Amino acid sequence: MNKRFFIGIAISLVFYGVVQALISGEILNDFYIDTLVMLGVNIILAVSLNLINGFTGQFSIGHAGFMSIGAYVSAIMTTNLGYSFPLGLLCGCLAAAVAGLIIGFPTLRLKGDYLAIATLGFGEIIRIVWLNNDYVGGAAGLNGIERVTNWSWIFFGVLVAVVVIQNIVKSTHGRAMISVRENEIAAEAMGINVTKYKVIAFVVGAFFAGMAGAFSAHYFYGIAPTSYNFMKSFEILVFVVLGGLGSTAGTIIGTILLTLLFTYLQDIPEWRMVIYSMILILTMIFRPKGLLGNVDVTKFFKKGGASKNGGTTTTP
Amino acid sequence: MMMSKKFIAVTAVLTATTALAGCGSKSTGSSSSNGDTIKIGANLELTGAVAAFGTSQLNGIKLAMEEINSAGGVNGKKLEVVSADNASKKDESTRTATKLITEDKVDVLMGAAISGDTFAAVEVANNKKIPMLTPSATNDDITFDHKKNKLNDYVFRACFIDSFQGKVMADFSADNLKAKNAVIYTDNSSDYSKGLAKSFKSEFESKGGKIVAEESYQTKDTDFKAVLTRIKTLNPEVIWVPGYYEEVGKIVKQAREMGITAAIEGGDGWDAPQLVDIAGKENLNNTFISNHYTSEDPDPKVRKFIDAFKAKYNTVPDAMAVLGYDATYMVADAVKRAGSTDKEKIKEALANTKNFEGVTGKISLDKNHDPVKAAVVLEYKDGKQTFNTKVQP
Repeated sequence: MNKRFFIGIAISLVFYGVVQALISGEILNDFYIDTLVMLGVNIILAVSLNLINGFTGQFSIGHAGFMSIGAYVSAIMTTNLGYSFPLGLLCGCLAAAVAGLIIGFPTLRLKGDYLAIATLGFGEIIRIVWLNNDYVGGAAGLNGIERVTNWSWIFFGVLVAVVVIQNIVKSTHGRAMISVRENEIAAEAMGINVTKYKVIAFVVGAFFAGMAGAFSAHYFYGIAPTSYNFMKSFEILVFVVLGGLGSTAGTIIGTILLTLLFTYLQDIPEWRMVIYSMILILTMIFRPKGLLGNVDVTKFFKKGGASKNGGTTTTP
Repeated sequence: MMMSKKFIAVTAVLTATTALAGCGSKSTGSSSSNGDTIKIGANLELTGAVAAFGTSQLNGIKLAMEEINSAGGVNGKKLEVVSADNASKKDESTRTATKLITEDKVDVLMGAAISGDTFAAVEVANNKKIPMLTPSATNDDITFDHKKNKLNDYVFRACFIDSFQGKVMADFSADNLKAKNAVIYTDNSSDYSKGLAKSFKSEFESKGGKIVAEESYQTKDTDFKAVLTRIKTLNPEVIWVPGYYEEVGKIVKQAREMGITAAIEGGDGWDAPQLVDIAGKENLNNTFISNHYTSEDPDPKVRKFIDAFKAKYNTVPDAMAVLGYDATYMVADAVKRAGSTDKEKIKEALANTKNFEGVTGKISLDKNHDPVKAAVVLEYKDGKQTFNTKVQP
């Protein structure tokens, strides 16, 4: 917590205030708010997956599963049981974190491809559970969820996610996670409890994925199991990989670029997936490590005598 | 080396985008202000899982728009259709509907083609107070929320609802086929399929029939032999498979290969030209579906529509195209009766739709904004849909 950290927060708050003023002044219409919320949800998802995939090096493709837990649990709390949104949000996040913990212990002894398949299976199991449960509407899902999420919710959600994850990464625990990514055996030899850090990464990642799920459920009026299939997990993974594994700023930029691209290609449906896919291919050929892979953006802002353990954050 | 690599990348992207920009911008009609046009926003599945439905529907909508415009438009104004793609995703459908309303400033929303995506747009229409007419979303709760017991004021539809289809086919099995035993084989991951199965079951049982087994599969399954073997030993007279063409085609094919000769029945989800390719012509014999219309209908209104559609797109229109076509005329009719593009007046006029003569029959909307209209039962003969009987509500 140094000066730089608070400057980052201050800049973010100014950004928040400007956008809020534009919304209140009705200069930004609903379509832009929709896009901002979508961006926010995607950023939270990508940044939290980046903690698992990018920093800890655990190849997880079940992120949509955690997201669906947040979405369903929060929606059940608000729509079926009539509790307030903040409580629903909290329960959604916690439920997802618990799921991260449950999935963490048995599967984190797996590595690489094997872990990927196990997480993929986990995501599908969750989806099938929702699908076959009539209490949550089965295949039709839950409809008629009230719209509560707005720019303020989504902005502070993103801010909390980015600050928390960025601070974890810059802390002792973060260093331990990175060492797990680089070489598990070496890390273990140095006395790092590898399983513990893997589980922490999963729990924190799942917590924020649940948050993103709760926000999107309370913005887009309804949820259905099909929205959380493995294609959604891949979509999140693509944000992270394109932006740069292990770079928070890169992940955010990658997410913004791809989300906006997908939005503005709406008018030319015939070419939507062609252009989208072509940009992915070209990026991977010319920037194999992602847009900002291996680039620490905070470096650009640091001059000679900057403190070495600065918890600098980037504006979303 | 690095420089040349970057150079190649930039040129590649530039050529790609310019080439695509040329082919891409296909807006329907001119984008003038709302003064002299009536703007209809079509929120449709043009890509993604059910792209076939959305694309076909847009063809029907465009044909109707051209006909109405060449006949002088509505109240002296031309119709203009602005289409946008929701990629067959729920959250995208919400955003697409919002975009059409706030960015394109449409007067009436149309779409989406399937119930799930339509649900996502219902609240947008209600909040923005823009009348929305879905041509083909058949879920019972779209227009009237049964859980909250509340009517969605601004939402209407042009097709009959799920529970009606199940009932029609149960009556047909019991009365026309004289069937006593039926097996239900549902797509467990589709709400549409479950809805049809439920109404079929209750109606068939109330007619004295017996459901000897209820089996299920999932969307994207490809091998159905295990379940079909079990069904074969039960020897039912009717197998009710209310799914979509992709899986149904394989089910019919595999059932016939195993020697199951029982009648196989389904709903409008079967209706796509791909079904015949997947199942095979002779395998489809002795199968029946309920549908919104038949291309065999000798009614001059239907013939005229089919000829026009064939001339424009060189293919026989499926139910999605017909419903898109009818829905566009319903909107035009409502705007004409409203006498202006005032949203409230259009909404009132749509709710008061009475005896509207569409290609799919006479349409009157009931108090739940659902059409009361006939369904047809079609029989496949050598891969061709032939008209069997018409069932009035």
